[in-house]
Amino acid sequence: MAFDGEQLKRVARLARLRIDPDQLAGRSADIERVLGLFAGLAQAPVDGVEPMAHPLGIGAELRSDEVTETDMAEALLALAPDSQADLYLVPKVLE
Amino acid sequence: MSGDQHQHPLDRGLRACAAALETGEIGAGELRDEALNRSCDQTDLNAYISLFDNPHSEVASGPLAGIPYAAKDNYCAIGTRTTCASRMLENFVAHYDATVIARLRSTGANLIGKTNLDEFAMGSSNELSYFGAARNPWDHERVPGGSSGGSAVAVASGSVPFALGSDTGGSVRQPAAFCGVTGFKPTYGRISRYGLIAYASSLDCPGIIARSAEDCAIVFDAIAGHDERDATSARGAVDSCSDALVQPLAGLRIGIAASSFGAGVDDDVSRVVREALKEFELQGATLVAIDLPHAALAIPAYYVIAPAEASSNLSRYDGVRYGHRCENPTSLDDLYERSRAEGFGAEVQRRIFIGTYVLSAGYYDAYYRRAQQVRRLIAYDFDAAFERVDLIVAPTAPTTAFKLGEKIVDPVQLYASDINTVSANLAGVPAISIPAGFSNGLPVGLQLTAAAFAERRLLSAAYQFQQATDWHQRRPGVAR
Repeated sequence: MAFDGEQLKRVARLARLRIDPDQLAGRSADIERVLGLFAGLAQAPVDGVEPMAHPLGIGAELRSDEVTETDMAEALLALAPDSQADLYLVPKVLE
Repeated sequence: MSGDQHQHPLDRGLRACAAALETGEIGAGELRDEALNRSCDQTDLNAYISLFDNPHSEVASGPLAGIPYAAKDNYCAIGTRTTCASRMLENFVAHYDATVIARLRSTGANLIGKTNLDEFAMGSSNELSYFGAARNPWDHERVPGGSSGGSAVAVASGSVPFALGSDTGGSVRQPAAFCGVTGFKPTYGRISRYGLIAYASSLDCPGIIARSAEDCAIVFDAIAGHDERDATSARGAVDSCSDALVQPLAGLRIGIAASSFGAGVDDDVSRVVREALKEFELQGATLVAIDLPHAALAIPAYYVIAPAEASSNLSRYDGVRYGHRCENPTSLDDLYERSRAEGFGAEVQRRIFIGTYVLSAGYYDAYYRRAQQVRRLIAYDFDAAFERVDLIVAPTAPTTAFKLGEKIVDPVQLYASDINTVSANLAGVPAISIPAGFSNGLPVGLQLTAAAFAERRLLSAAYQFQQATDWHQRRPGVAR
């Protein structure tokens, strides 16, 4: 499976990860080698096999609609790199 | 075998520490101080990321009261720095307890430190830590295994009688094998994942590293069971494992698949494991040849599914709410892209790239969906095998601990070393690595795997083996 620098640029954009242009060749070659590891999957006898997303085969559990968490806004905001007046700060999105 | 009674309790394991506290041979404060002193004396092993000088617990009785322990630094413990060995979380202080930490707190166990790991638990050597590699106490020039390398080193070097690890593809069992200690991964969902920072949610499983299966059983009894805070937590009562250890091996059928001893498995590692199997036979167990026909597909399935889930789980690190944030972002995209590129190391980035790729339009069916189908085939293989046998045996890892730097340049080579451990995570079944002997002076681990929720059978078989052998009591020359 070929995987080149252009494909890595596309994936990096999807993953919101900055990648330096001078790293594209090396990193895409590494990933291409890993993708080579997956070649056996193409020959696997999977016709009619239901994909397995979870080992116990259980669905998401619902819990009763009750407030169980206390207000932790202060503690959570204290973790933020930048906040002001109970708000997270980010660069301006709208002019 | 109970070990040398003249050794310090920390050198004899959890059960011995509990007995020493019970008889007054040592006080809880003194035991904690000795654990901390040993940790501080062994900084060259780099097992710990943080150490805590907590007062010892007031809980007076119980098998874990006053016992010092360590937790891999991907468990949240209130008020402690919880880094995942990543620059991304270098200064993150958890504001809540993981369920396992809370349960251990209620028993009176004393968290003395958070241990080193491969960043975000992605790795098999502990070399991929932002805080540098932990070192194998048997040979400081070799890796301790990973990703729970620090936890295995902490137990092997005698600073704590048990430590929490997490096992997504072998991350408890493989470092336990490399460091000559016992590493136990229960059935998926048996122990709550709440507060364990996510890597690959359908594979992540909290695990226990201790000197013996008996010690693992004591900790498992304290932390297992349903948790409403974890939507994937298994329901149903958990029977005590420590009460069920004494069950004869006679009559037990142990499956052995040729593929587990196949290409890539070091000849001497195979020899050591086969030699250890004679002890099971001596005690009346029967070895049965089995086939796991899709075993060779476990690595590709795992290395599609785990990065796919990781790419989703790690999307939360955006530089806004917590974690690393780049300097002077010029736009929201710039904030995201540079914060993540600066905060994550190369291997984490590689897995995010791979995961994003296999989930992206045009590739999902060929990779992710197909890997999930193969995952079911692997689970079917186990179902079929456990119709015929009670346990399955394999070398935990294909080699003994390798040298620092030996495999770090080649991700494919590093991934291939997970060949015998990832299947248990894909199928969700429990497995344990126990010390089985030595190859060229380095510990060799023997892995036993059982059917889902058969932890009692698994731990009792490991216990019976350890009653007749002393491999788990061998110590590297680091502790005082």
